[in-house]
Amino acid sequence: MRSLSLRAGIVSALILATFLIAWHIATSGTGAVQQMDPEYAKLMGQTATQGKSAMPGPLQVGATLWKHLTNPFYDNGPNDKGLGIQLAYSVGRVALGYLLAVIVAIPLGFLIGMSQLMSRALDPFIQVLKPISPLAWMPLALYTIKDSNYSAIFVIFICSVWPMLINTAFGVASVRKEWLNVARTLEVGAFKRAFTVILPAAAPTILTGMRISIGIAWLVIVAAEMLVGGTGIGYFVWNEWNNLSITNVINAILVIGIVGMILDQLLARAAKLVTYPE
Amino acid sequence: MSMFSNPFDSKRRLRSGCPCGQHRSAAEHDHALRLQAQEVPSSEDKRYENVVAGAVMRAMFPQDAARRAFLKSVGAATALAAISQFFPLQTATEVFAQGGPLEKKDLKVGFIPITCATPIIMAHPMGFYTKHGLNVEVIKTAGWAVIRDKTINKEYDAAHMLSPMPLAITLGAGANAQPYTAPAIENINGQAITLAIKHKDKRDPKSWKGFKFAVPFDYSMHNYLLRYYLAEHGLDPDTDVQIRAVPPPEMVANLRADNIDGFLGPDPMNQRAVYDNVGFIHVLSKEIWDGHPCCAFAASQEFVKSSPNTYAALLKSIIDATAFASKAENRKQIAEAIAPANYINQPVTVLEQILTGTYADGLGTVKRDAKRVDFDPFPYESFAVWILTQMKRWGQIKGEVKYADVAKQVFLATDTTKLMKEVGLTPPVSTTKSFSVMGKTFDPSKPEEYLKSFKISRA
Repeated sequence: MRSLSLRAGIVSALILATFLIAWHIATSGTGAVQQMDPEYAKLMGQTATQGKSAMPGPLQVGATLWKHLTNPFYDNGPNDKGLGIQLAYSVGRVALGYLLAVIVAIPLGFLIGMSQLMSRALDPFIQVLKPISPLAWMPLALYTIKDSNYSAIFVIFICSVWPMLINTAFGVASVRKEWLNVARTLEVGAFKRAFTVILPAAAPTILTGMRISIGIAWLVIVAAEMLVGGTGIGYFVWNEWNNLSITNVINAILVIGIVGMILDQLLARAAKLVTYPE
Repeated sequence: MSMFSNPFDSKRRLRSGCPCGQHRSAAEHDHALRLQAQEVPSSEDKRYENVVAGAVMRAMFPQDAARRAFLKSVGAATALAAISQFFPLQTATEVFAQGGPLEKKDLKVGFIPITCATPIIMAHPMGFYTKHGLNVEVIKTAGWAVIRDKTINKEYDAAHMLSPMPLAITLGAGANAQPYTAPAIENINGQAITLAIKHKDKRDPKSWKGFKFAVPFDYSMHNYLLRYYLAEHGLDPDTDVQIRAVPPPEMVANLRADNIDGFLGPDPMNQRAVYDNVGFIHVLSKEIWDGHPCCAFAASQEFVKSSPNTYAALLKSIIDATAFASKAENRKQIAEAIAPANYINQPVTVLEQILTGTYADGLGTVKRDAKRVDFDPFPYESFAVWILTQMKRWGQIKGEVKYADVAKQVFLATDTTKLMKEVGLTPPVSTTKSFSVMGKTFDPSKPEEYLKSFKISRA
């Protein structure tokens, strides 16, 4: 087992190295340079004057990444903040929207899972609302909530609510009949039954839903922030795109990936805590 | 002019009778006013001091007779000295000179990162807002629809908009009708038609059939100018080419990706396309209509009414900044001030080329045109009328349009005139002016005739 993970690690490192080298070679070449008089050349960018590739190389990206990592919390005014601050804004929005979704989805999921009637009655709404792209809600949210920050939180809420809702309902509905029957013979009340029998039994499924949700929420926040701007990692990407700074965009992509992974791993850990052997 | 009369004059009554108290009847007052118009105290400070002192005297002597008796017995100079001892006239005057108590000091103003917004942006790093007692945050915004919604939502107190937008919002075209105002134009000229490098031999617009163009927004001068330019060259902008709205930052990326053949866009995007070697500047918008308005500083009528002093201070800052930006010798300094990531976020070289007008055209020549972009705050009502004719021409608004009324309601030329005087600038004499677009003269008093004279039109 140990040797397997070691070998996997080596292969990973090799893939990374090959990728970086290929990237470096692909971007280091210089294209054809036109002849131009020096006065004109002074007014042009490096792509035109030195035939430099418009794509930055790995070294360049690494250098800017280092700059961001060593100074993540600078604040040069409302439109230029460090990566750390931007990430904090994004994570904050995701956390709020996600929490709201948890508060709504889990009780509602219990209701749907425990009652055949509610399950049938709510099904058409869920089926219609679930496939709507969360960003399609954005204009409507901006118009009705009248606040771009809350609109972004609302969009997070609406996209993370469905997987949790469906998984909770499914988990609750598929609790083993024997366990419920035992509870009934022991004359356990409805509330007590929900908390002591159903919740532990359905917890792994619920947490799977929560894990899917956090992934989606993190995907969506970047797009939402690119749309409304202001603060957040999505705004950072947009602002650097505006400047056509691919180096910074690549940096942001890397950071988004890492934060997404951390969020996912957190919930994976939580899921492990509640799993039980049957 | 009653505000500027001397409160330490014992012969004067501060209350009753006519509005100023100096005359027996209102008619007499009006007549004297006309004569007096030139006699306003010369210095600004003196003028403000009289107003403040008048208020103090009124407060101390509610009975006019008592005030006059007091002044007669001690003399005006003594009275002034006496009052100054326990009432800080000097400070009160300074407070007033700043435009009366500001209803709120912390404001948020939205902008799109393009050089049109130069006055709004530079007023922050160069201290024009603080000079007028305001603490303004300038917030970069992702697109025109968002800036519109955030202003309507009151997240922003005022914003940088395309000059047709306040007209469209007021008329309810593309948004719910809400009375909007454009008390100042920011920039004139400063746009260009940029084409992809591969079209460098297709300089004749007649060969552009099937091209895909981008403009920043449907309700923009860019859209109207591009349509006008194409139509003058015999191309129908609705059927012969495709015109789509693309946010400015995405224009260069789209041009590089070959998604569009060209765009009539705001700077810095034109120069950035040249800088990155993906496009060349075909014509400057100045060559289509020299002196055309582009972006405007806009605020909701509600803000104007509920916070008149704040609004005046804000507008004064913008007018001040615009006047500063209109001077060629200041342009380099401005380019450096607005280039950082907190503001426009572009290389200084690019901004400098735009603002100084010495620029690379993308085809190997250095061109010089000091008026490539210029700054003039005055919102001529005739600009609004022209915009309305084009909105109607391309079917964005239908039916009868009250050109002059809408223009007057949205483009607040009179407010601007007043405030320009206050900051020491000379406003133009008339609020309308005639101009010509591609050699065709526009008479703002005959918009319908103008509209009918176009061969290609949806009206």
